[in-house]
Amino acid sequence: MKDTASPAQTVIEARNLGLTFSTNDGPVHALKDVNLTIEKGDFVSFIGPSGCGKTTFLRAIAALEHPTEGTLSVNGMTPDEARKSRAYGYVFQAAGLYPWRTIAGNIRLPLEIMGFDRAEQVRRVEEVLDLVDLGGFGKKFPWQLSGGMQQRASIARALAFDAEILLMDEPFGALDEIVRDRLNEELLKLWARTGKTIGFVTHSIPEAVYLSTRIVVMSPRPGRITDVIESPLPKDRPLDIRDSSAFIEVAHRVRDGLRAGHSYD
Amino acid sequence: MRSVIPILTVVAAILVVWYGASVWMNSQWTLDQAARNNQTVTFSQILTDTMAQKRPKLPAPHQVAEGLWQGVFGQAITSKRSLVYHAWVTLSATLLGFAIGTGLGVLLAVGIVHNRAMDMSVMPWAIASQTIPILAIAPMVIVVMASVGITGLLPKSIISAYLSFFPVVVGMVKGFRSPDGMQLDLLKTYSASRSQTFWKLRFPASMPYFFTSLKIAAAAALVGAIVGEMPTGAVAGLGARLLSGSYYGQTVMIWAALFMAAIVAAVLVGAIGALQAVTLRRMGMRQ
Repeated sequence: MKDTASPAQTVIEARNLGLTFSTNDGPVHALKDVNLTIEKGDFVSFIGPSGCGKTTFLRAIAALEHPTEGTLSVNGMTPDEARKSRAYGYVFQAAGLYPWRTIAGNIRLPLEIMGFDRAEQVRRVEEVLDLVDLGGFGKKFPWQLSGGMQQRASIARALAFDAEILLMDEPFGALDEIVRDRLNEELLKLWARTGKTIGFVTHSIPEAVYLSTRIVVMSPRPGRITDVIESPLPKDRPLDIRDSSAFIEVAHRVRDGLRAGHSYD
Repeated sequence: MRSVIPILTVVAAILVVWYGASVWMNSQWTLDQAARNNQTVTFSQILTDTMAQKRPKLPAPHQVAEGLWQGVFGQAITSKRSLVYHAWVTLSATLLGFAIGTGLGVLLAVGIVHNRAMDMSVMPWAIASQTIPILAIAPMVIVVMASVGITGLLPKSIISAYLSFFPVVVGMVKGFRSPDGMQLDLLKTYSASRSQTFWKLRFPASMPYFFTSLKIAAAAALVGAIVGEMPTGAVAGLGARLLSGSYYGQTVMIWAALFMAAIVAAVLVGAIGALQAVTLRRMGMRQ
């Protein structure tokens, strides 16, 4: 459907990336020697145990953390410049909707800050509400919505200003598995419809395998990449693809990668 | 209905204790009077006498209620003997001081949250300011301001403001800092400016803290205004009423003025509570 005519276009590129936090207990190597290229339209999952730096890497792309070694470019710019040019939308672990704003008001927040005019705000809010299947819920307050719906609203908020990249930090981690399955399915549809480049941090192997075109397996202390797996699964993925042998094979390789990277010392 | 019974029980218990204490504390005077006249008194005589002395040590509740009633409804509200008049004098100073204190408190909190130097330096001074007994400062404020020709409402309001800015500073610093790291990061991803972060996030997030601080500040402002009326020999205001009551041994007058002050405080706090309920409901924060 897409990307058949145009050649692959690099969106995010990390070269020998390192990030060290200095703490009271001495330096902590959150990331070390990370090399990764993400192309336009990729759906890349980052998976690994706590402390492997997957969230730190995502935050570095978003210019919320600053690497201490190596280079990182987003759309050919530094992460700071990319942020200022609205290159990405970020979805956090919790929906983090403002309780004093309606759902529409929450989605309008980035648009107000970025100075879109009033009519454009209204148009975009309607558009992304439909995109995440929340049409008609704009006037509700967050507490009137379920956890899954709140997280969908927060995805709509990240989509509202046309960023080409969507960075998601364990967005469904706090939701139960039934809701999570539904949202995973919807996220794939959304991705197919919008052609965004998605970086997705998760703890869940099935989630990573089900969603991604590429799976980046990471290991802790220091945080580094141990394996990058290209998914052989087709783009169109019904939920029951998770019972297929191809799926199980990929999941197996992810699990091996996780085990290899994790030395129990 | 269910909440009325416990309240009435407490009120009844207070009345019982109060009446008991009145009898006990006022009986000495009854007995002394009788001894002076070489009379003996029965218990029932003591009982009736202690309930109706002119200058009781502890006036009985019905005496205070009568004093309050007389003070509020028994005179024209412009009369110098009207509690409504005195309450208004105190209330006007309270409201002005409350407004000054709240404004100052919010400004200081904004400064503390946005400026590291202020963050490090202001709070210790604010705390120190509250450890100084207000009774020691009040006369100085009044005298100093009078010497530069400022008298009347403003000096009392300054003392009011002095007491009421503190809870607002503490509450608003906490309120402005209540958004968590994730919410601040979210705005960072939009490259929001500091003023946008303030108006879109910190300010609305601080509203519940704001109203709680206001309630404490209102009560403190009233105390400040009353204290401000005491050292100057002011002729009007609830503080003046308390003072002249104690000069002339008019205990009923003191208690009536005290109750009037309590009623004013309750009305102020109640009004802020109503404003809080309306505002938070409008903001969708009441479920």
